[in-house]
Amino acid sequence: MIETQDLTRRYGDTVVVDGVSLRLPARSFVSIIGANGAGKSSLLSMVSRLLPASAGRAFVDGLDVAATPGDVLARRLGILRQENGIAARVTIRDLVAFGRYPHAKGRLTAADRAHVADALAFLDLEPLADRFLDEVSGGQRQRAHIAMVLAQDTDCILLDEPLNNLDMRHAAGMMGLLRRAVDERGRTIVAVLHDINFASCYSDRIVAMRDGKVVAVGPPEEIVTEAVLREVYGIEVEVVLVRGYRTVFFYR
Amino acid sequence: MPAVHEAPALSRLGSRLGPGWVLALLALAAAGVVVAFMTIGANGRWGFVLPFRGTKVASLLLVAGAVATATVLFQTVSGNRILTPAIMGFDALYRLIQTGFVVVVGAGGFGDPRLRFLVETGAMMLFALLLYRWLLDRSGRGLHVLLLVGVICGVLFRSLSQVLQRMLDPNQFVVLQTSFFANFNAVRPDLLGLAALVLLAAGIGVWRLLPRLDVLLLGRETAIALGVDHRRTLSRVLVLVAVLVSVSTALVGPVTFLGLLVAHLAYRVMPTYRHAVVLPAAALIAAIALVGGQLVLERVFAMNAALSIVIEFLGGLTLLVLLAGRAR
Amino acid sequence: MRRPSARGAGYALLALLALSALAAASLLVGVGDLRDAEILAVSRVPRTLALILAGAGMAVAGVIMQLVAQNRFVEPSTAGTADSATLGMLLVTLLAPDAPVVVKMLAAAATALAGTALFLRVLRAMPLRERLTVPLVGIMLGGVVGAASTFIAYRTDMLQFLGTWQAGDVSTVLRGRYELLWLSAVLTFLAYAMADRITIAGLGRDASVNLGLDYRRVVALAIALVASITAVTIATAGTIPFVGLVVPNLVSLVAGDTLRRSLPLVAGAGAGLLLLCDVLGRLIRYPFEIPVGTVMGVVGGGLFLVLLLRRDAGRA
Repeated sequence: MIETQDLTRRYGDTVVVDGVSLRLPARSFVSIIGANGAGKSSLLSMVSRLLPASAGRAFVDGLDVAATPGDVLARRLGILRQENGIAARVTIRDLVAFGRYPHAKGRLTAADRAHVADALAFLDLEPLADRFLDEVSGGQRQRAHIAMVLAQDTDCILLDEPLNNLDMRHAAGMMGLLRRAVDERGRTIVAVLHDINFASCYSDRIVAMRDGKVVAVGPPEEIVTEAVLREVYGIEVEVVLVRGYRTVFFYR
Repeated sequence: MPAVHEAPALSRLGSRLGPGWVLALLALAAAGVVVAFMTIGANGRWGFVLPFRGTKVASLLLVAGAVATATVLFQTVSGNRILTPAIMGFDALYRLIQTGFVVVVGAGGFGDPRLRFLVETGAMMLFALLLYRWLLDRSGRGLHVLLLVGVICGVLFRSLSQVLQRMLDPNQFVVLQTSFFANFNAVRPDLLGLAALVLLAAGIGVWRLLPRLDVLLLGRETAIALGVDHRRTLSRVLVLVAVLVSVSTALVGPVTFLGLLVAHLAYRVMPTYRHAVVLPAAALIAAIALVGGQLVLERVFAMNAALSIVIEFLGGLTLLVLLAGRAR
Repeated sequence: MRRPSARGAGYALLALLALSALAAASLLVGVGDLRDAEILAVSRVPRTLALILAGAGMAVAGVIMQLVAQNRFVEPSTAGTADSATLGMLLVTLLAPDAPVVVKMLAAAATALAGTALFLRVLRAMPLRERLTVPLVGIMLGGVVGAASTFIAYRTDMLQFLGTWQAGDVSTVLRGRYELLWLSAVLTFLAYAMADRITIAGLGRDASVNLGLDYRRVVALAIALVASITAVTIATAGTIPFVGLVVPNLVSLVAGDTLRRSLPLVAGAGAGLLLLCDVLGRLIRYPFEIPVGTVMGVVGGGLFLVLLLRRDAGRA
């Protein structure tokens, strides 16, 4: 379970996250939506202690992220950031193996290797496992980073725009896979998504943000409505029901 | 966008052999160079030649280990492979501290040069930690700014030392200058044993950090996400780098491009990113370059004091070629 | 915003006043007795003029380099220009020791040109032209050329000569030994005449071609100017770091980057900064002197750090 109390982040006079209080239940798939600069990534970064909060607190499984030792937290919470360049030449298998660091501290056991193999298979990466990261496409790199987070084998997984660089096939595959991780393995997944329709079709719950504040929280039926989306994005959209899923048309 | 570039010959060879064999070959080459340096042209005067050349080799090896390790460590924490402690002004800072002590306590102020070395190294650890952690912290994203700040700091520290030197009375200035104009030949036998001990301690410190160093390669945020206490690890690495730079600067003076060169070569020949093998490889390559260079210069060209100049020239040239060569 | 021309004029007036005050200080400060008109004519006036000319020249060379390399952090001493000029001086002094200074300077200008062209070539070959790897490559190139010079000088017992070109020092400037610097003034005016074209070239090759400019020729002319100014300065006063880096960046903050408007300010501020550093160098350890290049390393370095870190903080 993830909880935030009055979480706030300021840069000088600019407030990017403004007193966010949330309770996200365990074993659920939560999407965070909002326009560019709404504070989604900063919120995720504070929950994952990558960014210190200016005020307020965040808890993962009841542990205060600011006070818990980094390695303890790393066994409960994994995070994928928007892609960061890695200076070293590392193969995909190496990268995924780094996901086991919180457990193995550099000495991989057979169980660790099994986790790595599992994550590689899960993301269709086995044929590429021994390629260097700078030799594969952006989408393959993105999948490798996600595989690393999965290999970390944590209950909570935070993902900042996991669909970046993925084509239709891999994006749909990724969302299905995350859904399965929640349903079959009991994970808690929080993802920043820009594709409102993916958020609508796969989430248990959607958090809508605007100007650093949470505008609305609820299941897709409550959030994916013309009124809420107008408030969040400031544009007129049309919500239609396709095969039982609320789908947003906004292309023209 | 995906750049499937051809692996350079060196790294192809490295991957075919595996890291263990590459290390073994490097160690063999380094040992060969050392033996050649000790024996070639000795003409049977072993009683004189062995201790004389022995101290020289020992200091070259110490410098090789210190410079190579410091460079690889610094590149790992800064996430950038064209930075070195020397470019970032580390050795200029050490020089400034040395000068500062002469100004404050006088040239002979500490009596024993070993005590002086320890005090200076301690001060260096403190200042380097404060300054560079502040810099690395505040430009967590903008590493570029850090780089430029470091370069400017280097010039600033060097100029400040010069100003301080001018403030001294001429006698002290001469003392300072002779101790500053060190090169690979002006061995400091008085410092060798202590430097070796300090280096050993630093080596143990590095050893204990090895797994964390590998994780740091993934960048600050990923390292934190994987449970590494980034700030504390960074501080430790900076202290280690400060110690290593102190050792090499105290022994032979500033060397700018050597570290950059050997680190690059190590990354090229080693088929893996793992510090456990990259660090020894870089140190061995540095040893081969220094001892081998000195051997060739002394025995072939009969030039005794030019090693630092030649290494700087060849090192810098190689790097430019490497940088430009990445274009293709 | 608020009438930049009026603001610029205000700054220009202020700069002119400061410059005059510094020049006066430079004439007055020193060991010798000022009532002796001879000292004034033989030493102080030439020294002050040399400082003004060298400072203005190096600052202008810096701003031109920055436009041509499209990088704020480049100047002759971080682009291989200064070290190449020094190598040229060394070579010509070795090969033709009795050649007149003008010939030596021409040789230095030629090698400086070659070094700068090489720098721009390496830049073009680099895949990632990150903002700050550019000066780093320049510094490395300079280091390589410098190491070559040191090696040659070491083999030929010329290390001392090398030192005089590498360290900026005007304490030995006397009447008859600085007049070459007037050439740098001529070159600076030439740069002013080319100001618009250099500004456009600074927008990049595509923009220049779009505006009908012969890009290659303008760039070639610009680096020829930079190389000549650098060579003249090194032949008379030695290498002076940072002027070309600090001054254009400071001026750009107040007056922007349109060369026609900013060039006079850049020249004036460069002259002022160098005068200030030299007067400081004469005062700190009176009656001894600290070379102006060293003082500039401290003052310029400090100024630049403040500039850089403040801008960085503003962005974060």
